[in-house]
Amino acid sequence: MGYVLSNDGFEQVVQALSDKYRLFAPVRKKGMGRFTDIDVIMYDEVNHADEIELAQKSDYSFKEFLTPLSETLFYFTESQCREAELPDKPVLIFLRSCDMHAVRRLDQIYLDNGPEKDWFYLRRRNLVKFALIGCTESFENCFCASMGANKTEDGYEFSVELSDDGVRCDVAEASLEKLFQANALRPETFSPAFVTENKVKVEIPKKVPASILKDPLWDEYTTRCINCGRCNFVCPTCTCYTMQDVFYTDNGKVGERRRVGGSCMVDGYTNVAGGGQYRRTNGERMRFKVLHKIVDYRKRFGYDMCVGCGRCDDVCPEYISYTNIIKKVFDASADENKEVSDK
Amino acid sequence: MGNLDINIGKLKKNAFRYSKVRGETASRIRIPGGVIDAASLGKVVEIAEKYGNGVIDITNRQGIEIPGIKLTDMDAVNKEIQGIIEALEINQKEPGMGYPSSGTRNIQACPGARLCPFGCYDTTAFAQKMEKLVFPNDRHVKIAFTGCSNDCAKVRMADFGIIGMTEPQYDPNRCVGCEQCINFCRRRSVGALSLVNGKVVRDTAKCIGCGVCVAYCPTRAWTRSKEHYFRLVLLGRTGKRNPRLAEDFIKWCDEESILKIVKNSYAYIEEYIDPNAVEHKEHIGYIVDRTGFEEFFKYIMEGVELPEKAEVSKRLYWGGNHYDHY
Repeated sequence: MGYVLSNDGFEQVVQALSDKYRLFAPVRKKGMGRFTDIDVIMYDEVNHADEIELAQKSDYSFKEFLTPLSETLFYFTESQCREAELPDKPVLIFLRSCDMHAVRRLDQIYLDNGPEKDWFYLRRRNLVKFALIGCTESFENCFCASMGANKTEDGYEFSVELSDDGVRCDVAEASLEKLFQANALRPETFSPAFVTENKVKVEIPKKVPASILKDPLWDEYTTRCINCGRCNFVCPTCTCYTMQDVFYTDNGKVGERRRVGGSCMVDGYTNVAGGGQYRRTNGERMRFKVLHKIVDYRKRFGYDMCVGCGRCDDVCPEYISYTNIIKKVFDASADENKEVSDK
Repeated sequence: MGNLDINIGKLKKNAFRYSKVRGETASRIRIPGGVIDAASLGKVVEIAEKYGNGVIDITNRQGIEIPGIKLTDMDAVNKEIQGIIEALEINQKEPGMGYPSSGTRNIQACPGARLCPFGCYDTTAFAQKMEKLVFPNDRHVKIAFTGCSNDCAKVRMADFGIIGMTEPQYDPNRCVGCEQCINFCRRRSVGALSLVNGKVVRDTAKCIGCGVCVAYCPTRAWTRSKEHYFRLVLLGRTGKRNPRLAEDFIKWCDEESILKIVKNSYAYIEEYIDPNAVEHKEHIGYIVDRTGFEEFFKYIMEGVELPEKAEVSKRLYWGGNHYDHY
């Protein structure tokens, strides 16, 4: 059932929800961007409706709750270890459709990519429910429609989007109906807003030729890319991590194991014992990243990894466009796909 | 029409130049912070074509000089530049009479946080605020603003140099230990960061607050402090006798204190300037050389309440060559 709420009404709903859930939502952080007096929109725990940024796309994604940038997994002493604590209060994450589609990718990698589920992911995932932020417009660099991630029809407790009166919400979870009803201006039947078309459009090649690995198209990124990894850290589908075993300095026998975010673009990612490094140049790293998003992941799981949120293009300090690279790969694969359609 | 009879002292104070070309002068346009609106610049062009020789000088201190103006046209030019004076919000005593003084030089600023990724504050806005406070004042004082420790504005050659700083804020929970901050601090700045147990430690004594770590952090583990801080450097100068770079006075200073300190320095000059100084002009630095820094300190710190974080140098020693004795 759908409801129109005033801002005050939505505040009442958020406060009631915060009793039951830890609420994670995009928050505008004043002056915390890269440059002086520039804001950044990042996920954080909120207690009030006006803290939630509903008008803009977040610069960093919701994945920071499910896969924190830095998380202590367990503590160890000489012969024992103990799992790090995690508050067991349920969590509600506000996110847009592209990010809802990214949840499937995270689940795929951490829960369904081999015989074992990742326990530290699972224990977080089990706490989480979602609130869908409707997209009344497409933002700069979004290409969700091309990736089929523009629309979300289920999997959320309720949706929320800005409207003339405040917000409107489509409540999917029956147990929440009363709360919304009590604080609504009026009921209204609607489905969550989604964009049907973005300014940026890409076509993913169905097949890429083996020659793509040696294609000169990657060379320019060896000089243009500065391997900072920002594209990976903002990406809602990047799941790579690395481990840090830390021994406390006062007692070298005690410490903790930490899992921190990894990036296939930064130095050290492909370092191996003996000093080897599989992908030395930034062009090779770019090739790996792009093909992983639009080719290799699909080979393994049957659908594309990229959801088209466009955050990588938003954040790149060198103005490298990932979508433009996809176009280049598509063009370089023209012959290959012609054969496919001929057959 | 009689022969030329010009009060050169008055001419100079009115921001016209004493030119080597007999009968000519140049009009000096004051542009605090080096930013001028396009319409005013258009007016400058118009004046240069109508009264000057069609050429415009960009000055060393980010001002403009319109050369080739006849001394007899000064009154007319003063009327023409009134719109520019108003657009740039220059303090003035009498409209239509041009600039009321010229001793305190045009206040310089690099583009700062308006444009530059490394700028730690809006240098232009601060320069304009300072201009409002100190102009018109005919004492020879040079003030310059720069956004970060790169000092593109070369403020270390001014009497008062203001260098932007940010105090890097570190959130270890957002740090993945990629070490880009450490590498760029080492390569582009002073090497104040190191990795300890997977997290970054900042040597606060070494850190110069340039913000390079913030600029290169891919995860927002490093962010800028809410407060804008400044390093105030004192009494740098060029010139014949003892050119020298400014020395550090206050690290982690605040805007209000800087405004007060600069304002206070004028009272010190009034008290101690050499009464026989050539053209009544003496750089503060040379006055301080005579009175000692402690007396200067007493004057400029009058009523100044520094933030807790501020680190003050109470003894300052300048270098540079002394060409007046050997």
